[in-house]
Amino acid sequence: MDTSIASTGTAEKTWGGGNEPFKASYGKLMMWFFIVSDALTFSGFLAAYGFSRFKFIDSWPIADEVFTHVPFLHGQELPMIYVAFMTFILIISSVTMVLAVDAGHNMNKSKVSIYLFLTIIFGAIFVGSQAWEWATFIKGDYGAVQTQGGNILQFGEYVEKDGEQVFKRVAIADFTQAGERVRVQDQRKTGIWYRSEGTLPNYTVDEVYSGLEANPNILVRTQIINEEGHKTILSREESLKAIKDNGKVVVEGANLRANEYGTALFADFFFFITGFHGFHVFSGVVFNIIIFFNVLIGTYERRGSYEMVEKVGLYWHFVDLVWVFVFTFFYLV
Amino acid sequence: MSVTVETHAHDDHGHHHHKETFVTKYIFSQDHKMIAKQYLITGSIMGVIGILMSLIFRMQLAWPEKPNVIFEALLGKWAPGGVMDADIYLALVTIHGTIMVFFVLTAGLSGTFSNLLIPLQIGARDMASGFLNMVSYWLFFLSSVIMVLSLFVEAGPAAAGWTIYPPLSALPMAQGGSGAGMTLWLVSMAIFIASSLLGSLNYIVTVINLRTKGMSMTRLPLTIWAFFVTAIIGTVSFPVLLSAALLLIMDRSFGTSFFLSDIFIQGEVLHYQGGSPVLFEHLFWFLGHPEVYIVLLPALGITSEVIATNSRKPIFGYRAMVASILAIAFLSTIVWGHHMFVSGMNPFLGSVFTFTTLLIAIPSAVKAFNYITTLWKGNLQLNPAMLFSIGLVSTFITGGLTGIILGDSALDINVHDTYFVVAHFHLVMGISALYGMFAGIYHWFPKLFGRMLNKNLGYLHFWVTAISAYGVFFPMHFIGMAGLPRRYYTNTAFPLFDDLADVNVVITIFALIGGVFQLVFIYNFIHSIFYGKKPSQNPWRSNTLEWTTPVKHIHGNWPGEIPTVYRWSYDYSKPGHDEDFVPQNVPLKEGEEELQH
Repeated sequence: MDTSIASTGTAEKTWGGGNEPFKASYGKLMMWFFIVSDALTFSGFLAAYGFSRFKFIDSWPIADEVFTHVPFLHGQELPMIYVAFMTFILIISSVTMVLAVDAGHNMNKSKVSIYLFLTIIFGAIFVGSQAWEWATFIKGDYGAVQTQGGNILQFGEYVEKDGEQVFKRVAIADFTQAGERVRVQDQRKTGIWYRSEGTLPNYTVDEVYSGLEANPNILVRTQIINEEGHKTILSREESLKAIKDNGKVVVEGANLRANEYGTALFADFFFFITGFHGFHVFSGVVFNIIIFFNVLIGTYERRGSYEMVEKVGLYWHFVDLVWVFVFTFFYLV
Repeated sequence: MSVTVETHAHDDHGHHHHKETFVTKYIFSQDHKMIAKQYLITGSIMGVIGILMSLIFRMQLAWPEKPNVIFEALLGKWAPGGVMDADIYLALVTIHGTIMVFFVLTAGLSGTFSNLLIPLQIGARDMASGFLNMVSYWLFFLSSVIMVLSLFVEAGPAAAGWTIYPPLSALPMAQGGSGAGMTLWLVSMAIFIASSLLGSLNYIVTVINLRTKGMSMTRLPLTIWAFFVTAIIGTVSFPVLLSAALLLIMDRSFGTSFFLSDIFIQGEVLHYQGGSPVLFEHLFWFLGHPEVYIVLLPALGITSEVIATNSRKPIFGYRAMVASILAIAFLSTIVWGHHMFVSGMNPFLGSVFTFTTLLIAIPSAVKAFNYITTLWKGNLQLNPAMLFSIGLVSTFITGGLTGIILGDSALDINVHDTYFVVAHFHLVMGISALYGMFAGIYHWFPKLFGRMLNKNLGYLHFWVTAISAYGVFFPMHFIGMAGLPRRYYTNTAFPLFDDLADVNVVITIFALIGGVFQLVFIYNFIHSIFYGKKPSQNPWRSNTLEWTTPVKHIHGNWPGEIPTVYRWSYDYSKPGHDEDFVPQNVPLKEGEEELQH
């Protein structure tokens, strides 16, 4: 064949055509481009988060005051400790994933399965920790009063600590007595039929006000951040006035409509973005389990290539990388 | 210089003969040619629905609030006594926009021609993953079905405009279409995005990984460059629409406040605090603007191929064409703010977006001039495909010129949300992309169905379409400059616009003529599938690889080995050859230089 020996003139170049010019299979390239696309979805969310947070630049909740809990260490304030542990676990899982991929290159079935198994365990620990973190966030700790305008008023008192006056938060439950009340159903004739009713708070604003009156030490803290980077603390008179005039509803914990830590968007974005990321980790764990069983029954051994491990590895590293950004934006800055 | 020839592992692909049943061949097919046809047919049906809607609301605009038997027959309860309801007008505008932009000109255009041409023109047996390709089509089909179903919802389909700005889209009780209609719209679009992602991934990796020997990136036909870059824009911009849609769903159904703030209904304040609809606009238009190029670039790619082939001349400035495609793709992601000049944007930011927007004029002009210089002194073969391509160049320039006005914030504010905008984008992306699609169908019909389309009906189709398209959209510039706002179902309440009523009648008459004459094309299309003239293997005497495959489709495209490529695809009228075309798989003659391009 004459034509088959003539030069195409581009044989040596990477972009010169021919099968797999980058020595990467189409499946791996697809995973890379999928990651690009997924990264843009996360970017959309994080950009929206930045946009919204910037709007509330002087009143955004301070993460150090929100995420202070560690399992089994009840009642202690340990800001960021547990989330640091979660992050560490996730990064370790990336390491074990790399080791699994590397073992796959060496066609070492037993090592692949061990490292993949560890990755699955670490992934599961992360997802579990996130569930715990959510549960704690939803439960809340001190409670607050939401104003007509949607602002949050928290409570606390000055106490002596190491010779200094420190503002210490006080839970609503510690100074308020809950009374009895009857729930009134919203109806079409009362004009509010189109929205469903949430659960009733444990205390009414009036009860909080009486509690506040009875405890002269307790002051109200608003969500506005002052020049020193702390939330503004009102005087005693201002505190009583703020609750009496503006208090609308008592908020305990966090949900998608309100949260005791500050602006509602804080919890909205926290639940949505960590939830979306958690869903990715969960799917990653499921993929890893499927691949893990395929490794065990020797599918890739027979195929002569552990490329599938590499592909789920790419996904797993991506999910870890996204967490680094989520962690930075929600917890660190 | 000697290069040994290896048989690629992929080459063997074609020699397997699977037993094909009716279902695997025509329905759940994994063959790219069949999937292309499925996209074409589904896209065309959606196109008929979309155009029909536009004719309905055009009649409303021309003869507002007059009883109309057509309305009564088609709209039923939405036109009591034949008088159109205002809500259904908004819904029709919304669904017309959605269907035309996404279902016809994104999926119908890219889906058809990327699927058909990428493997054939780069010399591959099929797409990288036939299975994902099939899934991609069926997700598109599902999303089309859901979108059409949403028309029959009791309270009406989505009516917030195709841009679905909150709060109309975020509060289920805001208007009739904000309830189940909007829910179905969002479900449909979520599935559509998944389909588009799978399709795009396939197109990208196929172009990168499956090119035949010798098919370097600089020898790729410009069609492939256009499809390749379109797919990349799609993978980058659609996920951001997904972000916006997911946040919107949270607002709609779970009480979050991402896009909502301070809303009162019947004196009762809703709980939403702190969100911003402007955030949605940012996220939406980050997709929305690249989407324009997702629609347009494939049409420009098709035009490059059709114009070069039918001018019997090499395309002018191949590298400039590739560079301008890449430049347009890059610029498309940093100009979205020009849709939001009146959203309270900081004027300085507005001027930044004005600057980036006007930069797009450069690559666009490069493309327009290159088409004209390719046509210059060419041996023009004015077949219907060529006419539609030249039509595209014409509407691209006409619409592009008004783009310069709209891209400038100082000028845009005066004509924002008027018919001037409607005229601009319909010409520059709507009609242009539609012409590109028609050109593609006329040009590759022999490849798709193994028959030729009737040429004379094609001429009739083109001339009536071209005249009525300008008849519709040219006057819109003037009524827009006179201040007529878009999306109003009638203007009778404003004495200011009474003088424009006659113009609206003229526009509608042109729209009706243009719409009805599409039946000529549909007849030609269906008739030719069965009774069209049988084509030769290379009816347009073209250089690209798809014409080296047999007329009858076979699985794996080439019966024997995949052809090797020795030259670019634009060796038309090259001196020293007997014919005025040299296909890409013909080796260079002794002493022949490969054209510098």
